[in-house]
Amino acid sequence: MKNMLQQIFRSSKFLIGFTIFMTMLLTVIIYPLIVKDEPLAIIGQGTFFEPGIYVNVFDSINSTHYTLSLNDAAARRIASKLGDQERLDMKDWLLAFGIPENEIDIHDNTKLMELWVNNYDSKLALGMTSAKRNYYARLDKSLKGILGTEGVIIAIKNTETGLLEETNSIVQTDYVNIGQVSSIRILPLGTDNFGRDILTELVSATRTSLQIGFVAGIIATLIGLTLGLFAGYIGGLVDDVIMFITNLFTVIPGFVLLILISFSIGQEQRGAITVAVVIGFTSWVWTARAVRSQVVSLRNRDHVNLSKLSGHSIVHIILADILPYIASYVIMALILQISSGILAEAGLSILGLGPKTTEVPTLGLMMNWAMIYSAHVTGKWWAYIPVLVTIAMVSFSMNLMNTGLDQVFNPALRD
Amino acid sequence: MKGYQEYFLRKLGWFLITFVFAFLLNFILPRMMPGDPVAVITQRVTQGMTSQTGVAKIYQEYSELFGTNKPMLEQFFLYVKNVSQGNFGISFSQYPRPVAEIIKSSIWWTVCLQFPAIIVGWLIGNTLGALAAYLKGGFDKVIMPVSIFVSNFPAFGMAIIMVVIFATTLKWFPISGGYGFDQIPNMSWTFVWSVIVHYQLPFWSIVLISIGGQAIGMRSMSIYELNADYVKYSRFLGINDRKIVGYVFRNAMLPQVTGLALSIGTMVGGALVAEIIFSYPGLGNTILKAVVGQDYPLISGVTLIITLMVLSANFIIEIIYGIIDPRIKATQAD
Repeated sequence: MKNMLQQIFRSSKFLIGFTIFMTMLLTVIIYPLIVKDEPLAIIGQGTFFEPGIYVNVFDSINSTHYTLSLNDAAARRIASKLGDQERLDMKDWLLAFGIPENEIDIHDNTKLMELWVNNYDSKLALGMTSAKRNYYARLDKSLKGILGTEGVIIAIKNTETGLLEETNSIVQTDYVNIGQVSSIRILPLGTDNFGRDILTELVSATRTSLQIGFVAGIIATLIGLTLGLFAGYIGGLVDDVIMFITNLFTVIPGFVLLILISFSIGQEQRGAITVAVVIGFTSWVWTARAVRSQVVSLRNRDHVNLSKLSGHSIVHIILADILPYIASYVIMALILQISSGILAEAGLSILGLGPKTTEVPTLGLMMNWAMIYSAHVTGKWWAYIPVLVTIAMVSFSMNLMNTGLDQVFNPALRD
Repeated sequence: MKGYQEYFLRKLGWFLITFVFAFLLNFILPRMMPGDPVAVITQRVTQGMTSQTGVAKIYQEYSELFGTNKPMLEQFFLYVKNVSQGNFGISFSQYPRPVAEIIKSSIWWTVCLQFPAIIVGWLIGNTLGALAAYLKGGFDKVIMPVSIFVSNFPAFGMAIIMVVIFATTLKWFPISGGYGFDQIPNMSWTFVWSVIVHYQLPFWSIVLISIGGQAIGMRSMSIYELNADYVKYSRFLGINDRKIVGYVFRNAMLPQVTGLALSIGTMVGGALVAEIIFSYPGLGNTILKAVVGQDYPLISGVTLIITLMVLSANFIIEIIYGIIDPRIKATQAD
């Protein structure tokens, strides 16, 4: 046993797969201990906030201000509002307005802004579509005071008189130390279409999906193992009947059964575990076939015959003389079943037949939400790429482990 | 021909048995819902409906349609009679279109997309797998991990990646649909061209997915064959390496054909989900619409058709296998 484990862990494929899988498993276990948020809590008002560090504006106004004289601060501020595209758009407008081209220098901030402020009039149509006109109006608004050097005044409205009373003023060289702002939220993966923190959701979803995979895999393996053992060992009529059923379910596509059963169960009754059980009950076929063929080849080995002669019961023979020989095989099948169970859940969820959506997120459901809100068309990569990567990593790591084991147990496949 | 005829009849018999069984499951599974299925369906359909007479009318209509007030056996014969006449009932969600018509309008999209893609993927995958086994070294070291990764990647994931790279970022191909949304299906060149352009991304994403699994299978089969005694003996006799490789791959190919027959169901399932990502007008999207619209007759009809499709594909592959496998021909010599 120890020897075998040593051999397994010497296989680089198994080791890589095992490391990836364990890292994910540990993340799934440790992360909720540190971040105790509800995975489905809606924190953002609005859809698809970009990943980043969100600093509370109100708190940063009220925390200590430090003056830093940085030369490039002004240039950056201007660049963030006045990019190359904006400059070209402004030129277009000015040209349409009738300014000769040689007077427009889009690289000189002061001159360009001067021309713009002096000439721009949001009421002029200049033969543009109204979408274009609105765009220029927005651009004009965002450019207001961009070259100015004066600060901003913070004021509170006096509830009695209705007058504004100055409480604070901010100049352009004011900085706050992020560590001193009392409320900051890091959203490494942004928020999804409902305004939920994707990272927290993803960790929780990975955990649920792994659970679904394990339950489905264990059920499928148990059914497959039992049927395969009986068919292979007892043979005769039992074998014929079991193999008939197995062959039937090999050709009748499993996902059709999955769709039919899931749809029949109905949305309200479909919890994550129910879905897992259904997946388990529709995917045992391969294990049954494989186990049976292994058992058939073992059935007439000497040690099995000896055991039979010694009068051991069938259960004892199966457990003590056959099972140990196919254990490695069964474990490999289990690993594959877990990984395909996770994929099956994802596929079902995209069809809208996944677990009900109010309790826990799963990887498939997250995918489904991202697709419904067309995140892939609108370029909100953070809503689906991390999910896809997680799905791929889970199944890739498991299959690497499987290939590694295969090479250890089947010397013919070794490099 | 006697050996082949027997093989053919056996496969045909098996095809019929599986179909009958699939048909039975299609009939029984939805009826195993706890409680009165018609009541459940009616409740789902009439969610938010206030008119009591309307609800009662719908209930009455569906119990008549499914014949749930009759004994099970009679229900079954009613179902058989309807289906054999191509009558799958009327769709709930696209009322008053009959289910048969909805299926008819979407099935060809799926058939023309999936089967060519699966076959092309199978051919490329087998070639790559065989090359990996024969060339070994660097080629194998690159092909294998990539194949493992790709084959375990869900088809919908590949579809999304294709959309993001080639449609939204590079804008080479349209994002979704089976043809331009500004066109009406007809036989003009612009329409055909639009169909071809829309076909590319779904097609290649299915091809890529099926390459991976096939390459892995073919590689291990070829390695197994390359180590077989007959290969060693032929080498010992000094037979041309090219000739040996030819034999090896022919032998390794046969289990791959069986493998295709066995895995075609899973492949079609994955590809149906991929269709959804592309909003391709095939059966995948029909299922999605049926699920969203709680359209029971449509689901039942589509799943039956998909089962029939998969079973037929399976049958055809088995028949071809019978022709190319020399062992089946050999039985006639006995």
